[in-house]
Amino acid sequence: MQDSSLSTGISDTMVVKKSARRKKWEKIKSQRQLMLMSVPLLIYIIIFHYIPLYGWLMAFQRYRPSPTATIFNQEWVGLEQFKFLFKGANFGRVLRNTVAMSLINLVLSFVTAIALALLLNEIKNLFVKKVVQTISYLPYFLSWVIAATMVSQALLNNGIVNEILLALRIIDQPKLWLAEGKHFWTIFGVANVWKNVGFNAIVYLGAMAAIDPHLYEAAEIDGAGRFKKMRYITLPGIKSTFMVLLIMNVAHLLSAGTGGSGFEFQLLLQRPGNIAWSETIDVFAIRYGIRQSNFSLATAAGMFKTVVSIFLVFSVNAIAKKLGEERLI
Amino acid sequence: MYVKIGKKRYSVADIAFNVFNFLIMTFLIISTLYPFLNTLAVSFNDGIDALRGGIRLWPRMFTLQNYKTVFVGGTIFNAFLVSVARTILAAAINVFLTAMMGYCLSRKEYVLNKFITVVFVLTMYFNAGLIPNYLLIKKLGLLNSFWVYIIPGMISAFNVIVVRTYINTIPESLVESARIDGAGDFKIFIRIIFPLAKPALAVVGMFTIIYQWNSWFDTYLYAPSKQELSTLQYELQKLLASSFSQSSAQRATSATAGQMASSLVTPVTLQAAITIIAMVPILCVYPLLQKYFIAGLNVGGVKE
Repeated sequence: MQDSSLSTGISDTMVVKKSARRKKWEKIKSQRQLMLMSVPLLIYIIIFHYIPLYGWLMAFQRYRPSPTATIFNQEWVGLEQFKFLFKGANFGRVLRNTVAMSLINLVLSFVTAIALALLLNEIKNLFVKKVVQTISYLPYFLSWVIAATMVSQALLNNGIVNEILLALRIIDQPKLWLAEGKHFWTIFGVANVWKNVGFNAIVYLGAMAAIDPHLYEAAEIDGAGRFKKMRYITLPGIKSTFMVLLIMNVAHLLSAGTGGSGFEFQLLLQRPGNIAWSETIDVFAIRYGIRQSNFSLATAAGMFKTVVSIFLVFSVNAIAKKLGEERLI
Repeated sequence: MYVKIGKKRYSVADIAFNVFNFLIMTFLIISTLYPFLNTLAVSFNDGIDALRGGIRLWPRMFTLQNYKTVFVGGTIFNAFLVSVARTILAAAINVFLTAMMGYCLSRKEYVLNKFITVVFVLTMYFNAGLIPNYLLIKKLGLLNSFWVYIIPGMISAFNVIVVRTYINTIPESLVESARIDGAGDFKIFIRIIFPLAKPALAVVGMFTIIYQWNSWFDTYLYAPSKQELSTLQYELQKLLASSFSQSSAQRATSATAGQMASSLVTPVTLQAAITIIAMVPILCVYPLLQKYFIAGLNVGGVKE
């Protein structure tokens, strides 16, 4: 008895399984057009984003570029490249420049964007507001090559910056700003604000526009002036936007610039006189990897950057989650 | 403290704030626009004369020679054509492929939906890095090829997510009724979703146009000495780099030097003319940018 019930049980589940499988098969068959549309792109993404990851093995080798070189016929050296990287006198400086310029950019871009958004928000004439805003984000859409060209023109010996500073008696003779390394971070900060402030302010203006106008009306009835409204309604209203952007930007701490492509400014305006202040991890990797064909060291530097960035993304995310639950309510 | 102007009463702090705001905004506008107007003035100025400096908002010795040098044919005009070609081609490909992927991922019943989404989204968080990517490009035979501008960036995870989110707002009943009429997924995508997703696709197109038009680093990396693949931005980069070296006024890249010998064009004025030309397409899409991109960004901000 026990046997027969067992066998019927099995055949039952087999029937169920079979029909479930057929159903699934039919579903897959009915989705073949979707697969034709998406699977080639999936393979494309795997080729261009996942397969190159095996190149990280180079960081543990002494890769010698040659026509026959592949990753599998190289000498393995363990952590030697990393040791060389961290022990080298340059790397401390490179890391300092990277983190310093990232922090400068982070703080300046938040402060200026929020300030600009607050000020724009106070302009009551909509036409004027729109014109100012439209002009303010124009530089964002131009390439860094153009921006860097303009920066270098402005900083020429007979450029506008020297002329203004001379007229204001801040300096008594023209300076070659880019040739003196110690000014590089300042130039970087100012140029980034010039290029990005208008664009960065857009998101905050959007958040401000979403604030319930009744809050302002209620505050007015309670006798709050312009500054009180800014302090107690507008600023708290953009707090969550601020937090999201902060999290997103902290992850780029080793990029020394906005987004993932923060090397452009440094690479474009690097000169012999300012290398000690302008060299970042990315520029370092470009110099060793491309100009000196030291693929292994460049890969090690890039890998270090990526690993730290991913660590930062996850830890900042975790912290935000903890804080966020309380704050969002 | 209040001040009476006309019929209204203003507090002193309010007036002070408005004055302050006015000054800040004026400063912002001047410092944003000055470099553009200055570049425009230099681009219309005689090359040798411009070396004296001191040109501000108006050319001192007016000439069209700089622009003639660019458009007379030869290397810079060729770079302009390459820039245009890569931008248009990449934008078309990106828009189509992003829309297609966005449609697939908007189908909740699609069995590979979750898997593909994860594979795509993860690419936003890591990057194999400069050298591994370089070796891949080399292995695929894309070095010194025009296709190196197009193929590595045909679709991006971020754009796919933006488009998918937009497609999700299109009423599902439209898709269902088409399906009842016997339309397959590809037909539904082409006939219904693609036209309806236009606002989101415009954003993708503009993103791509700006990215492609502004790129110089891929040329620098993958085709640095192939003159016929040079782009406008790369020519500008070379001019900028050569202005660092000694005797900046006389020296530019050998290719541009040949063209300049016949006229009174110097690297500074040529640089200015190319800069202006390189800004034109951005200024052309600028009104569209405002209409779609800025609105899309605000939506994205709310979503996040």
